[in-house]
Amino acid sequence: MDADTQWKGSRRTLFQATRIGSEGMNTKWESHDGAIVATVDGRVDGANAHEFQEALEAVIKASESAVILDFEQLSYISSAGLRVVLLAAKELRKQSKQFAVCSLAGSILEVFKISGFDQIIPVHSTQAEAIAAVNA
Amino acid sequence: MTDRPCKILVVDDETDLEPLVLQRMRRSIRRGKYEFVFAHNGVEALERLNEDEGIDMVLSDINMPQMDGLTLLEQIPKVNPNIRSVIISAYGDMKNIRTAMNRGAFDFVTKPVDFADLQVTIDRTMRHLMEWRAALAARDKLVSLQNELDVASKMQQSILPREFPQRDDYEVFANMAPARNVGGDFYDLLQLNDGRIGLAVADVSDKGVPAALFMMSTRTLLKGAAIGHEGPGDVLREVNDLLNESNESAMFVTVLYGVYDPATRDFIYANGGHNSPLVVHGDGSSTELPLTGGVALGVMPELPYEQAIVTLAPDDTVVLYTDGVTEAMNADGEEFGVDRLREVFAANPPQGSETANRTVFEAVHAFAGDTPQSDDVTCLVFRPREAAL
Repeated sequence: MDADTQWKGSRRTLFQATRIGSEGMNTKWESHDGAIVATVDGRVDGANAHEFQEALEAVIKASESAVILDFEQLSYISSAGLRVVLLAAKELRKQSKQFAVCSLAGSILEVFKISGFDQIIPVHSTQAEAIAAVNA
Repeated sequence: MTDRPCKILVVDDETDLEPLVLQRMRRSIRRGKYEFVFAHNGVEALERLNEDEGIDMVLSDINMPQMDGLTLLEQIPKVNPNIRSVIISAYGDMKNIRTAMNRGAFDFVTKPVDFADLQVTIDRTMRHLMEWRAALAARDKLVSLQNELDVASKMQQSILPREFPQRDDYEVFANMAPARNVGGDFYDLLQLNDGRIGLAVADVSDKGVPAALFMMSTRTLLKGAAIGHEGPGDVLREVNDLLNESNESAMFVTVLYGVYDPATRDFIYANGGHNSPLVVHGDGSSTELPLTGGVALGVMPELPYEQAIVTLAPDDTVVLYTDGVTEAMNADGEEFGVDRLREVFAANPPQGSETANRTVFEAVHAFAGDTPQSDDVTCLVFRPREAAL
């Protein structure tokens, strides 16, 4: 009856797992024509998503402006990172403020398309387009 | 498991179930594995639960005088929140099964009761309960984030099916290799009517106990919705709406859910923000199935979920997986990617579901080398088989 015994071969953890450091991400905030633009570079993953969330929440709280996330320099975003983007979108919608993301590199754009986030969050190809859109 | 027998309260107004259960389960009772107590309606069942704290699970019929099984389900957590319930229902009674799952039933069996299946169901429920209790006990002693992640991991492991159908007309094998610092993948297999099977892989955003709880409710809702709706698109639409009813934390889950009908070899699938399945042909060449455009579940209510259909060739193999496979990284920071997955199958055309599944895990492992695994890796493989004449 012991299901654990039957399973022993395949249940083994495949890789030695260790915590990946929370470095690897930098965020630069700038104010541009009525919008706060955050340029995020590096990786947003489970290890630093919380840090990213706190930074975004602080900006949303401190400013009346629209928020734009520029992902041109972003190389990777995990589902934990997407969740932070979704939290920001929901909070800004609640406060009737505009939100957009722009300049998504190939693999990031693909993540947005597969997850369907491109149907929920406005995606623009350049920062200038995003700024024009939130001011429209 | 504990040394004492697991105590099961059977609730049914038909008096012939009692001698039948005692007769068919006599070996397990004699071996001290199970102990049964009986009640004949919901009111009597609650009295038993109140006077006996040792009851682990409830196996209940739906239609009964005085208090029916669905009302009983609502009352049980007030007496003891750590009891798990399995309901017995007529097969066609989708509406009641759905209601029961939504009210927190852990599982269901259908009439006439297949005792071998009932035993598997009881064992799985008990295994879950043991993990749950261990998780609760560990939670009380939480001193660090790592402890919490262990709890989440145990909860995650406890819901995965570990027995795979190897039938004349199809075979399935699945595996999930958890990462230490993220937890949120699961897979499920759902036996549907007319010999069809529902297949799901899913990936919950974020990690830790909240993500594990979100995963548990997704799994339960999916199981309920799969019984209530024929089409995978309708199943995802309903799960999405229910997940959105209370989701302050903006968690979401990507799901690929498909139904395979061995009679026609049709595979109907819908994706909710999940990567597309790969169909590997007999010669090792492969086709990525088109995405159906659905958004990840839990993001926003009242979204449509399209479905697509593909008729499989007898020597096709369908591979469902999570991004832990394709985003596995090597020391140079390169991702494994879909192309490498396809090359692996081109070099090793699938011979069986279990070997094909192992091929995927071995290839990912070899590619990653010593680079730590940062995400759960899940892969479910199924293949039609020529039905025996």
